[in-house]
Amino acid sequence: MVIERRWKKWVYFYIPLTLFVIGTLFPFYWMFITAIRPDAELYRSWRAVNNTPFWTLAPTLDHFKDLLAKTTFPQWLWNTFFIACASTAISLFCGLLAGYALARLKFPMAGALGTSIFVTYLVPPTLLFIPLADIIRSFALGNTPWALILTYPTFLIPFCTWLLMGYFKTIPKELEECARIDGATRFGAMLRIIFPIAVPGILSAGIFAFTLSWNEFIYALVFLSSPEKKTVPVGVVSELIRGDIYFWGQLMAGALLGSIPVALVYSFFVEYYVTGLTGSVKG
Amino acid sequence: MKKPIAGGSARVEVLAPPRTARRGGGGAWLENERLLAAMLLTPTVLLLGLFIAYPFVMGVWLALSSTSVGNVGEFVGLRNFQKAWDDSIFRTAFWNTTWYTAWATVFKLTLGMWLALLLNRNFRGKRLVRASMLLPFIVPTVLSTFAWRWMFDPTFSVLNWLLFRGGFITNKLPFLSDGAYGMWCAIAVNTWRGMPFFAITLLAGLQTINPDLHEAASLDGANGWHRFWKVTWPLLKPVTLVVVVFSIIQTFSDFQLIYVLTGGGPANSTHLIATYAYQVGVATGLLGEGAAISLFMLPVLFVVVWLQLRYLRRLET
Amino acid sequence: MAQVLMKDLNKKYDEVHAVKDVNLHIRDKEFIVLVGPSGCGKTTTLRMLAGLEEITAGEIHIGERLVNDLPPKDRDIAMVFQNYALYPHMTVYDNMAFGLKMRKFPKAEIEKRVRDAAEILGIHELLKRKPRQLSGGQRQRVAVGRAIVRHPQVFLFDEPLSNLDAKLRVQMRVELKKLHNRLETTAVYVTHDQVEAMTLGDRVVVMKDGWIQQVGEPLELYAHPTNKFVAGFIGSPAMNFADVTINDTGGVVTAESQGLRLQVPPAKAGALRAYKGQSVAFGVRPEDVHMATASDPAGLTFDATVEVVEPLGSEILLDVRAGGSTGSSTTTIVARVEPTVRAKVKDPIKLAVNPDRLHFFDSKTEQAI
Repeated sequence: MVIERRWKKWVYFYIPLTLFVIGTLFPFYWMFITAIRPDAELYRSWRAVNNTPFWTLAPTLDHFKDLLAKTTFPQWLWNTFFIACASTAISLFCGLLAGYALARLKFPMAGALGTSIFVTYLVPPTLLFIPLADIIRSFALGNTPWALILTYPTFLIPFCTWLLMGYFKTIPKELEECARIDGATRFGAMLRIIFPIAVPGILSAGIFAFTLSWNEFIYALVFLSSPEKKTVPVGVVSELIRGDIYFWGQLMAGALLGSIPVALVYSFFVEYYVTGLTGSVKG
Repeated sequence: MKKPIAGGSARVEVLAPPRTARRGGGGAWLENERLLAAMLLTPTVLLLGLFIAYPFVMGVWLALSSTSVGNVGEFVGLRNFQKAWDDSIFRTAFWNTTWYTAWATVFKLTLGMWLALLLNRNFRGKRLVRASMLLPFIVPTVLSTFAWRWMFDPTFSVLNWLLFRGGFITNKLPFLSDGAYGMWCAIAVNTWRGMPFFAITLLAGLQTINPDLHEAASLDGANGWHRFWKVTWPLLKPVTLVVVVFSIIQTFSDFQLIYVLTGGGPANSTHLIATYAYQVGVATGLLGEGAAISLFMLPVLFVVVWLQLRYLRRLET
Repeated sequence: MAQVLMKDLNKKYDEVHAVKDVNLHIRDKEFIVLVGPSGCGKTTTLRMLAGLEEITAGEIHIGERLVNDLPPKDRDIAMVFQNYALYPHMTVYDNMAFGLKMRKFPKAEIEKRVRDAAEILGIHELLKRKPRQLSGGQRQRVAVGRAIVRHPQVFLFDEPLSNLDAKLRVQMRVELKKLHNRLETTAVYVTHDQVEAMTLGDRVVVMKDGWIQQVGEPLELYAHPTNKFVAGFIGSPAMNFADVTINDTGGVVTAESQGLRLQVPPAKAGALRAYKGQSVAFGVRPEDVHMATASDPAGLTFDATVEVVEPLGSEILLDVRAGGSTGSSTTTIVARVEPTVRAKVKDPIKLAVNPDRLHFFDSKTEQAI
C-alpha cells in the first residue's frame, strides 16, 4: 500500500478512532462512576468546588447494597435469566428444525413458507402488543414468565432460522447422502451428522437470541404486573423510581448489574456473536 | 438391450411416478421428504401462527372496533383511523417517527461506515476495540438509555457541565425539557446505540473485498476518497442495503428509547407512533384506538421492504 | 447374488430428460464403468441406483429385489463420493464404523471389520485422526474403507479419483482394481475419463445425452465402435475423422476427400456400395496410420505435409495435412509413428493406413457401416 506520512496517520486514523472509542464507552463509564459515588457527590450544585469530576475519592457500595437488599432486583435478575434461557432454547429448537427443512428438503410451498417466515419479522412487536395482551390474558398466562417465553420466540425464530439455513447451506450435501447410504434415515442423518457439524452456527444463533431476549422490553412491560415477576429492564424502569424521585445512584447500580450478565456471556463468545450478526445480514 | 438411435427420437412412455413407500406407520416420516418437512416445520408454524398471525388479524379487528379494557366493542369501520389522523398528537408522533428514523439512519450509516473503514486496518488491540465497540448494542437499551437520561439530567447533566466549563455555553441546555432538543437527543442516543451494528456488519462486508482492487486503483492514481467511492462503495451496496432496511424497521417501530428517555413528553411533543399507541391503548385503555395507531406503521414498513427487494433484484441482474 | 438390473430407466427433471430408456444388466461380481462427457446422465443413473434420486420411470433390481421404493439405507449398497464426504467431526475409525453402528452391529464385529479394512488399505495408523489432518490420497482411502466394512452387495463409485493429482490417480487406479479382484463384489463406477474406464472396467457403458451409446468390453469398444461418438470418445489420442465421398468405379469402391483417395477393403466394400455418390464419415485411429513402406498397396497410402511434430519419447505424433504439394486440403490427420522417424515441419511425407482398422459412419445417423 501507499506509504502514509505520520501526521496523516494520526489525523485520519488514531484521533478518529480514539474519539469513537471514547464516545462509545463514556456512557458506561459514567454509569459505573455514578453507581459508586456517594449521594453527596452526585447531587452537588454546579458552582460547588469539584476537584474530581470524572472519578471519586470516596467510592461506596451503598447503592449496590440498597439495590440488592431493599428491592426485588435479584429476583428480576433471575427472572430475566430464566426467560432468556428458555426462549433461546425454544427458538433454537424451532430454528434448527425449520432451517434444516428449508435448506435441504424439497417440498411444495417451500418458497412460500420461507417468505412468510421472513414476513413475520416485518411485523414488529410494537404493532402486536395490544392484541397479544388480550390473547395472553385469555390463555390465563398473564403475569407469568410463560407469557414471555412463548412470545419471545416470535422474533427470535425467524432470525435463528435464517442464520442456521445459511449455515446448513455451506455443509456439502454429500455428507448427508453418504450417511443415508451408510444406514441412517433422513432424520438420523440430520441429527447425527448435520447438527454436530453446525455447532458453531448454533452457538452464534444462541448467543444472539440470548442477548435479544435480555433486551426485550415492551412485551415484558405489558404482560407482567407484579413487581417480583418483572424482568430487569422493566423493573429498573418502573420500580426504582419512588414518587417521582429518581435515585440515580441505585438506578445506575441497577443498570450496571443488569448489563453485566449479558456483557459477560457476550465477551466469552464475541466471535460467535459477530458471526451471527453478519451471517443474518448476508442471508 | 435396445440399441439406441444416436441422438434418438425419444419414444418414451413416461410412467406415473412410483408410489412412495409406506413401510409401517412410524418409520415413514423419518424418511419421506415431504412428511419430514411437515413435521420439522410444525413447531415453528404453530408458534408463529398463534403469536403473530392470529394477533395480527385480531389487531386489525380491534382497530376497526371500539373495544376498550373490560368492554367488548362493536364494529366501527375506519373511525379509529380517522380519529388518529385528526389527532394533532398523533400527527406529531408520525412526523417525529419519520424524522427520527431518517436522521438516525443517516448518522448511523455514516458513522458506522467510517468506523468500519477504521477498523479494517490492523493495529494493536484491534480485537479488544472491536469487541468493546459492540457494547452499546449488547447492553439492554433500557439500561443504557437510563445512563443517557442521567447524562441529560436538567440539573446534574455532565454534558452541560462539560460545555459550561469549556466555555461553550452560559446557560444549561434544556436537553429533555424541550421538544426539539428532545428529539435530537433521542436521535443521538439511537445513533450511539445502533452505530456498532452498522460498523460490524459493514466491516465484515469490507473484509470480503479483494485488497488487489484497492492496489490496482491506487496504481491508477486514485486517492483515498476516490478509492472509496469507485471501488469500495459499489461493492458494499448490497450489504448496506440489507443493514439499512433492518435498521429502518427497528427504528421506525422503536418504543424503549423514547419511553425511557422522555416518556413522550414534554407535553406529548416527543412521542413516536409506538409510544403513543401504548399511551392510548394500554395506559388509557382504549384498545381499539391504540391498535389503529400502531397499524399506521405497517404501510411504511411494507413500502420500505418492497423498495429494498426491488433494488436488490436490480443490483443482482 | 448381487446382479443389478436396470429396466427402461428414465429420469426427468422438470423439462430436462436426463436419463432415457437405460437398459442394463450388470452381472454378479462385475466391475462396470459408466463413462461419458458431462451431462450425459451417468451420475444421475448412479444416484438413482443409490436411491438418492427418485426414479421417474422404469425399474431397478438389486439381487432379487425391486428397489425402486427402498430408501438408500435398505438397498445394501455402499458409495464412494468424488470429494470423499468424510464426516469431519468424527475420527477415521468412527467414520468407518458409522454404517455398522447404524445397523447395530456388536462392538467386537465392528472393531474387527474396521481393522481388517484399514489393513487392506494401509490406513491402520490413521484410525485416530480426523479427516482434516489427512492428505487427499489418505482421505480417499478412508472413503473406500468406509464402503468396504459394510460388505455390501454393490459398490458405487462417483468419480472417486477426479480430485487427486495425476500421479496419485494412476496409482489409485491400480489399487482399486486389485481391491476389486480381492473382494469380488459387483461394482458400478462412474467417470468422465475414458482411460479410467478402459483400464478398470470388465465392461464399459458409454453414455451421451441420457442415452446408452454402447455397452461392451473395453477392447470391443475400441475395435468395433457402433457409432461415431463412441469411436471418437474411446482411445487417446482420439480417432481421426474425415468426410469422404464414396465412388464405385468398375467394381472398386473408393473413399475420397481432398488429398485422400483410399481403396475400401473388401470387408467394408459390400456395405459401402449402397452409399455410392454420397458422403460418409471416415475414421482411422492415429496408431493405425504409419509411414508408408514399399509393401503398402497404393490404394492404402496418401501424401501429406507435416504441420506439427509432437515427440513423446516412446512415439512421435505427427499432425499432417493430407494432399500433395498443393497444401490446400482441409483433411488433417494425426499419425502415431516410431520415435526413430525423422520428420520436420513442412516436410512432405507418405503415410499408409491399416486396412483392417478402417471405420465408416453414416453421415446422418452416425451409426457404423
